Amino acid sequence: MRYLPKSPSERQEMLAAIGAQSIEELFQSIPEKFRLRAPLALPGPLSETEIIQYFQARAAENARGYTSFLGAGVYSHLRSVTADALVQRGEFLTSYTPYQAEISQGTLTAIFEFQTLMCQLTGQEVANASMYDGSTALTEAVLMAERLTGRKRVLVARSVHPEYRQVLATYARNLGLEIEEIGFTQTGQLDRAALDKAKLADAAAIVVQSPNFFGVLEELPALGEAAHGAGALLVTSIAEAVSLGAVRPPAEADIVAMEGQSLGVAPSYGGPYVGVIATREKFVRQMPGRLAGQTTDAEGRRGFVLTLATREQHIRREKATSNICTNEALYALAATIHLCLLGKEGLREQASHNLAKARFALAELEKIPGVRRPFTGPFFNEFTLEFPRSVKMINNALLREKIIGPYALGTHYPELTKHGVLCVTETTPRAEIERMAAALRRILEIPV
Amino acid sequence: MYPSDYRYTKEHEWIKVEGAAGTIGITEYAQEELGDVVFVELPKVGAQLKTGQSLGTIESVKAVSEIFSPVAGEVTETNAALADAPEKINQDPHGAAWLIKVRLADPKEAAGLMDAAAYQAYIAEKAKEHSA
Amino acid sequence: MNPKVTESEVPAGTMRKAGRHVSQTEGLIFEKSAIGKRGMELPPLDVPPVDPAKALGREFARDGVEGFPEVSEIEVVRHFTRLSTWNYAIDLGMYPLGSCTMKYNPRVNEFAARLDGLAGEHPSQPAQVAQGCLRILHDLQKCLVAITGMDAVTLQPAAGAQGELTGLLMIRAYLENQGNPRKKVLIPDSAHGTNPASVVIAGYEVQNIKSNARGQIDTDHLREFVSGDVAALMLTNPNTLGVFEERIAEIAAILHERGALLYMDGANMNALAGITRPGDFGVDVMHLNLHKTFSTPHGGGGPGAGPVTVKKMLEPYLPVPTVVQREDGTFALDHNRPKSVGRVRAYCGNFGVLLRALAYTLAYGPGIRQATEDAVLNANYIRKNLEDLFDLPYNLPSMHEVVFSDARQKARGASTMDIAKRLIDYGFHPYTTAFPLIVPGAMMIEPTESESKEECDLFIEAMRSIAAEVETNPELVKTAPHSTRVGRLDEVAAARKPVLRWQPASAKEKELAHDA
Repeated sequence: MRYLPKSPSERQEMLAAIGAQSIEELFQSIPEKFRLRAPLALPGPLSETEIIQYFQARAAENARGYTSFLGAGVYSHLRSVTADALVQRGEFLTSYTPYQAEISQGTLTAIFEFQTLMCQLTGQEVANASMYDGSTALTEAVLMAERLTGRKRVLVARSVHPEYRQVLATYARNLGLEIEEIGFTQTGQLDRAALDKAKLADAAAIVVQSPNFFGVLEELPALGEAAHGAGALLVTSIAEAVSLGAVRPPAEADIVAMEGQSLGVAPSYGGPYVGVIATREKFVRQMPGRLAGQTTDAEGRRGFVLTLATREQHIRREKATSNICTNEALYALAATIHLCLLGKEGLREQASHNLAKARFALAELEKIPGVRRPFTGPFFNEFTLEFPRSVKMINNALLREKIIGPYALGTHYPELTKHGVLCVTETTPRAEIERMAAALRRILEIPV
Repeated sequence: MYPSDYRYTKEHEWIKVEGAAGTIGITEYAQEELGDVVFVELPKVGAQLKTGQSLGTIESVKAVSEIFSPVAGEVTETNAALADAPEKINQDPHGAAWLIKVRLADPKEAAGLMDAAAYQAYIAEKAKEHSA
Repeated sequence: MNPKVTESEVPAGTMRKAGRHVSQTEGLIFEKSAIGKRGMELPPLDVPPVDPAKALGREFARDGVEGFPEVSEIEVVRHFTRLSTWNYAIDLGMYPLGSCTMKYNPRVNEFAARLDGLAGEHPSQPAQVAQGCLRILHDLQKCLVAITGMDAVTLQPAAGAQGELTGLLMIRAYLENQGNPRKKVLIPDSAHGTNPASVVIAGYEVQNIKSNARGQIDTDHLREFVSGDVAALMLTNPNTLGVFEERIAEIAAILHERGALLYMDGANMNALAGITRPGDFGVDVMHLNLHKTFSTPHGGGGPGAGPVTVKKMLEPYLPVPTVVQREDGTFALDHNRPKSVGRVRAYCGNFGVLLRALAYTLAYGPGIRQATEDAVLNANYIRKNLEDLFDLPYNLPSMHEVVFSDARQKARGASTMDIAKRLIDYGFHPYTTAFPLIVPGAMMIEPTESESKEECDLFIEAMRSIAAEVETNPELVKTAPHSTRVGRLDEVAAARKPVLRWQPASAKEKELAHDA
């Protein structure tokens, strides 16, 4: 077998050196009745060629050749092959967590750069070396707010990604954390009128996403004031990181929980992605996740080490800030390289392309009779439309034309069955936007 | 090395009692075991402590140690210098690196703890166990 | 700057594996930044441009990210290439890290994950156009269930720790459904730190149980401890000493008699795959670490994946959605799961990692047993060749890993950490130091099946040479490593005054540090 570097004679030599007659002897400590007599019924073994054929066959059964207008937490953006080539270097791909700093300076330096970029992007003072994704980063941010304030209730906007809220609910259930949902107004933003004094008094945090699940930007300065005035924190989730190339960073937020998938990480049917938590320096000891810190060796050379490890599970065990161990290091590296290539101007330009494309698409779609934009708040590259009939029916028809249509909000927002969220990025060609608009117009002309 | 007017606990805390006021810290032995101290977490002024209750933690790079209160009482002061200079605990654990001051609920409570001689005998035993 | 090592410090003759390596000087990418440089260009905009401030409104607009680097493509390539040369990696040599299972990361797995038609798929796209992805998940599910001898599985958890939490949540839901979720989970003192951390998040109390003189669960104590308050025992098997729990059947029986469940931490599955199945020896729920047993790359710390396999009675509680095959043969995500514990992660999991694990499993097929045999062979071979020089605290059969202690070397003042650092000079990554907690001065060694006899021999030679150095020249060991681009770094300063991001250099910063 090509992954096993031993010849049969070497195995014999090694057994002899151990003093065992057969390999079976080395498994004597497993009670006999539990030792398998026959090989497992598994598919394979496959050669490299056959493995590739299997996956090529699977690739042909998906949406290759379709144009997608889905965002809703996962975004199709430009990715550089240069970045991918670097990430595939064996020294990055096949290296371990950098606990032994002297032989991990490559990884640690890159983590330090990632932490810096995340701070610059979010306008916060410190950032960690990654969480699993946006949904768990938000959950951990909420738990962090709870620890910092000693309060057990959080006010969560309904316009936060439904799956993020589901993850939060799963974690919160057994920690005695109360979640109260706050609705939205006709701008699509959090209903501030619903944040009365009573609600805020014992809340650990106000939790919003910006741009939110409807694509709308939240008014963070006002929310920050409301939260801080009541001794609560403002937690902001960001699912579309490219928005930070054009939208001012959430400086009022005390904790930012971001999904970094937009920064050079493939959509890959749901993962792996890269979450990150960024916060104020004074909160760093309550922040979960690894941290790389700068220091020196005995001769004054700059180097980097994992630091403040006493927050983590391998030291604190049951009192740790989180149970996280393995994170998304390789994808943090991918995002770092991607952002270095894109640079300040590249990100600004990319963000402005998103703004332009989305507005072009909106203008085309608003021309179609019966299609309107219900939420009036400002948006980045996603917006919600209301249609004259169910989004699911429209999407079935669009699918026949090899178009994957808007995200149907009805599944998670029962009052919004005719509403869908459309995303247009710099990767969506104008011709495809026009084709989709034409197809939609035709579909809506057909009587039901 | 171990001041004769202090009292000591099995968890290596010391307390100096003057009337109903007490000053609490960790011992030379504890500091030695911990290694370089990087961070100290102390209770808030006004906090009510029970005997044996955790009053905070001391962190080295690789470990966290809880500090247990030798007596019951109310925290009246915490040592602000330790926030910026936790290394004081390694340098002067019995003096400048006191952790908190308390008002004892029962001024006589500390009398039941080990005196300097008893504590030194106790840690000598521990040293023997380690090398055994 | 000159390389750090001098010939006189590092006796060249004793090291067959490591040689001199010239290490590039390299600062941070921000230090190369200058206005006007670009590393990536975008295709031209094919729609009318908009003014961001007008489009968003003044109060929302931003004028570029302050401090973001501006560098060219070649600078980025050189920067990260140079950084990479400072890392150790599986592609370079063995990582003898215990319970990490640092095995070869097959490149065909990388190729498959990047295929057009797999890499670009959106998790919310309709099932009709995601059949390929769903089938990959479904096929992996079948393999993991077969390997572990269980009945059902979730692929959603993003790492082992999340898998642990998921398993505990399912245990809670199951017991709650029976009327009483109970209060405690038992954890051996040899357990990995994620175990107690996960227990707390699941809303349970941790109760530690001590290992017996054979480093295993003391079944008499277990009988005492398993009260009506105990929901489960979290067991790693083989344990973190590399020893199989010989009384596993009894352990399972004690728990089951009292209505408690047996959770197995599958971190050490590399000793069991194809040889035995946890489902057969009484495990009710377990997680797997795909970045360990199933070869997905560690990537400097992640990603991973922590699928959880369960016995039938826990199936209703699996996280939502599950991947199912309908009667007509098509695949779908089933969201209709009223008893589910909920969601632990958005979407269905770390799909790219799951895909790589399937590729690995397909490569071996039923021959997966051979990998396990080689892993156990390597560990025992190394043990045999070092047990005369290093203290073996538990003289029991080792499976895929062996745990020594530094007891003998400690007498000369050299600790497990020192020996580990000296191993670096010999061209190896250190083994796991100071874990498990039940062995003071632990040296935890797991070679995996990816190591040839040659590499094992070189490792043995290195360890034997270091043992000799401890006797004749302990200072050399205590001040190691000598051949790396930086020496031992000041972790105390890093923790006392954390510097966690780059800032534009002030004069003070320039004074304080200089590059290697």
